[in-house]
Amino acid sequence: MLAALIVIAAFAPLIATHDPYLQNLGDALARPSGAHVFGTDELGRDIFSRLVHGARITLTIIFLVTIVVGPIGLFVGTVAGYHGGWLDTILMRVTDIFLSFPSLILSLAFVAALGPSLNNAIIAIALTAWPPIARLARAETLTFRSADYIAAARLQGASSWRIIWRSIVPMCMPSLLIRLTLNMATVILTAAGLGFLGLGAQPPLPEWGAMIATGRRYMIDSWWLVTFPGLAILCVSLGFNLLGDGLRDALDPKQMNKR
Amino acid sequence: MTSTSPILQVENLSVRYPGSAVPAVRNLSFTVGRERLGIVGESGSGKSTVGRAILRLLHGAALTADRLQFEDVDLLAATERQMLSVRGRRITMILQDPKFSLNPIQRVGAQVAEAFRTHFACSKAEARAKSIAMLEAVQIRDADRVYDLYPHEVSGGMGQRVMIAMMLLTNPDLVIADEPTSALDVTVRLNVLTILDDLVRDKGIGLLIISHDLNLVRNFCDRVLIMYAGQVVEELAARDLDRATHPYTRGLIAAQPRIGGSRQPLAVLDRQDAWETDRGAQP
Amino acid sequence: MRRAVFGQATGIIVTLLGLLILTFVIGRIMPVDPVRAIVGEDAPREVYDRVFRQLGLDRPVWEQFLLYLRDVLRFDFGTSIRTGQPVLEDIKRVLPATIELATFAIIIGASLGIAMGVTAAVNKDRWPDHVIRIVSLMGHSMPIFWTGMIGLLIFYAALGWVGGSGRMSQFYIGMVPETTGFLLIDSAIAGEWDVFKSALRHLILPASLLGYSSAAYITRMTRSFMLDQLGQEYVTTARVKGLSSRQTVWRHAFANIRVQLVTIVALAYGSLLEGAVLIETVFAWPGFGQYLTSNLLIGDMNAVMTCVLVVGVIFIGLNILSDLLYRVFDPRTR
Repeated sequence: MLAALIVIAAFAPLIATHDPYLQNLGDALARPSGAHVFGTDELGRDIFSRLVHGARITLTIIFLVTIVVGPIGLFVGTVAGYHGGWLDTILMRVTDIFLSFPSLILSLAFVAALGPSLNNAIIAIALTAWPPIARLARAETLTFRSADYIAAARLQGASSWRIIWRSIVPMCMPSLLIRLTLNMATVILTAAGLGFLGLGAQPPLPEWGAMIATGRRYMIDSWWLVTFPGLAILCVSLGFNLLGDGLRDALDPKQMNKR
Repeated sequence: MTSTSPILQVENLSVRYPGSAVPAVRNLSFTVGRERLGIVGESGSGKSTVGRAILRLLHGAALTADRLQFEDVDLLAATERQMLSVRGRRITMILQDPKFSLNPIQRVGAQVAEAFRTHFACSKAEARAKSIAMLEAVQIRDADRVYDLYPHEVSGGMGQRVMIAMMLLTNPDLVIADEPTSALDVTVRLNVLTILDDLVRDKGIGLLIISHDLNLVRNFCDRVLIMYAGQVVEELAARDLDRATHPYTRGLIAAQPRIGGSRQPLAVLDRQDAWETDRGAQP
Repeated sequence: MRRAVFGQATGIIVTLLGLLILTFVIGRIMPVDPVRAIVGEDAPREVYDRVFRQLGLDRPVWEQFLLYLRDVLRFDFGTSIRTGQPVLEDIKRVLPATIELATFAIIIGASLGIAMGVTAAVNKDRWPDHVIRIVSLMGHSMPIFWTGMIGLLIFYAALGWVGGSGRMSQFYIGMVPETTGFLLIDSAIAGEWDVFKSALRHLILPASLLGYSSAAYITRMTRSFMLDQLGQEYVTTARVKGLSSRQTVWRHAFANIRVQLVTIVALAYGSLLEGAVLIETVFAWPGFGQYLTSNLLIGDMNAVMTCVLVVGVIFIGLNILSDLLYRVFDPRTR
């Protein structure tokens, strides 16, 4: 399912049957049919094509958030866990403060402050998504810190950066990847939620959450406007959840439940 | 000393856990009368599986036997409903470590009483009185107070006596003791075992002790089965242990440290593949 | 013990302080000029400057923060530009609607999640486990605002089983005096059972959907806690005593995870607030979430930051509460 998402995003122009921005007011709010598999929206744009192009936006968001959040969380967590002491206390306090909000609310606040746009939505999501990763990386680091092979590396005179980078980071990777995968599902939902509230991608971008928001006005008569983008979000998010869940079972069934 | 009317008859019992190539128990046959039978083996020899198989507590594991008869009950054919009236009432089992085998958030007395109330209709007060009497029988002083303690508040030795009280309260015919003392401090082991032994003798209960401890079995059992890799390699009277013929048994005995014995390194078991080969069904 | 309480208290204070710093910083980085927002686009220079000084924007940042801190300690969160009322008053007015919704939702979510989690654990790796995994992950993967719309389409528009938007039918609005703000309680006090019924009909759909979405997390945790417990020796003891598997599961294993579940449910309640923001928009539910989002869109930062602060405080409160419950319920921590 996820591979399909990537393929769709990569070849969007080829798969899409219509131009996602092409308006055709004479053909507005058309039911799903042979010409428009998922129907058309209030401006006569082909919903299927918009969904296909929207996959690109979704993938971009996931990708950008993940490459920002992964390293930051890993860095904060391993450094705090490895050094301990006051550095640990401070970093974890900061993490706790971020964790004391539901991520969507915090993202909302950030976007509100930065102004609504796709880029700001990505920044806001990234800002709120790193703390759980940091927590996890710290917990992992703590379990390895006292291991004998770390002591051995230290005795050989390896610097702490080197130990963190060469010995601890690789050990944290499996559980971190699982968490990131599960995180992607949340990121998709948060992004869609921001889009829905009008704080994410702005029209006419075919972002799925924003599509649902505009479709809402025509919901009672034209169910296809909201149904298909929602299904797209559901499928992708479910895909990431299933993948993460499967990875967790495969790698370690127990420890991931602790945050 | 084998009793004339056996309580439990086991013929060719085999247990295989799902996903495992080798059965955990193979073609095991024995009978228990009103006596004390010991099953001895190393960890992994399948001895603990035997107790759970008799109580039919192994979910998912494949259990076969020619015969698994407990008094008038065919344990192989018994429905779950029938098993519920056997477990805890007529066959009970003492587990290894009271730290884990007692429910940590229930008062120990309530746990003992529950064993009684599951099988006998009675008031709470009656069950409490019965339980306290039983706690006193296992030599717990101040049983009234101990009744209201939580498991983390009692010592290991006391916890195991609570366990014994719980499992003897319903006057069962057969008690399986699965490593009853190996989690306890050496100093209280003997004490706990003596209490168990006295009660079992007084009430004429059949006792099946599962243990890895040869000395314990020698002192508290009438007969001994030696298990290796899921099979019985030898069966003999406890007092004849020194005259064991099977090389595995002899190896086990040789590997026992002795006070005042020679200071040579202890003998190490020299395992032979032949012991593992299937001995086939025994007639 | 006293030391632990003290440590926790400092922890809470530090977190609260951090919370305030965070809201302050977010408030500062916004590109909207707060003075312009008050005085309007073409106010004369003098007016602008006066308001600028009134807001304390001419002082150094740390002094501004201290002023902010002072105001917060006095429970003065400023005035909402949109409603012209003190923000705190506004929030007091809208919060009960959200709490009613979230509480109903958590009751549904917790019952569903715990039942599914226990069933899944007892039937590990058999079909009920797999079905439950899919069902709960679905709930976790659905965008709640979309589920809300689809729910309205099916259960309100097509089937007519439940009420539509709002907390009650238009007809009843204003019929019940507001005593607690909780409509179900208010209408029950007033003896207006028609209003009560209408409120329930309006509440049931958004609460169920919210509950379903939170059930995923509760299910997963319940399952893993139960698996932990079912592997314990005392479970075998209970079986040996002759208890049926149902009695063993509920009386022994489940009893042992109750404490942990309290924590989980408290956390889930917190994240429900997140879903509430979205679903309130869909259902035109006059609650906290709607208040927050409508102020967001017009850049009323006083209101927004206070909302964020309130959510943070609720979250911290829930954490403390679950911690306390843990201490009270687990005999080992007494």
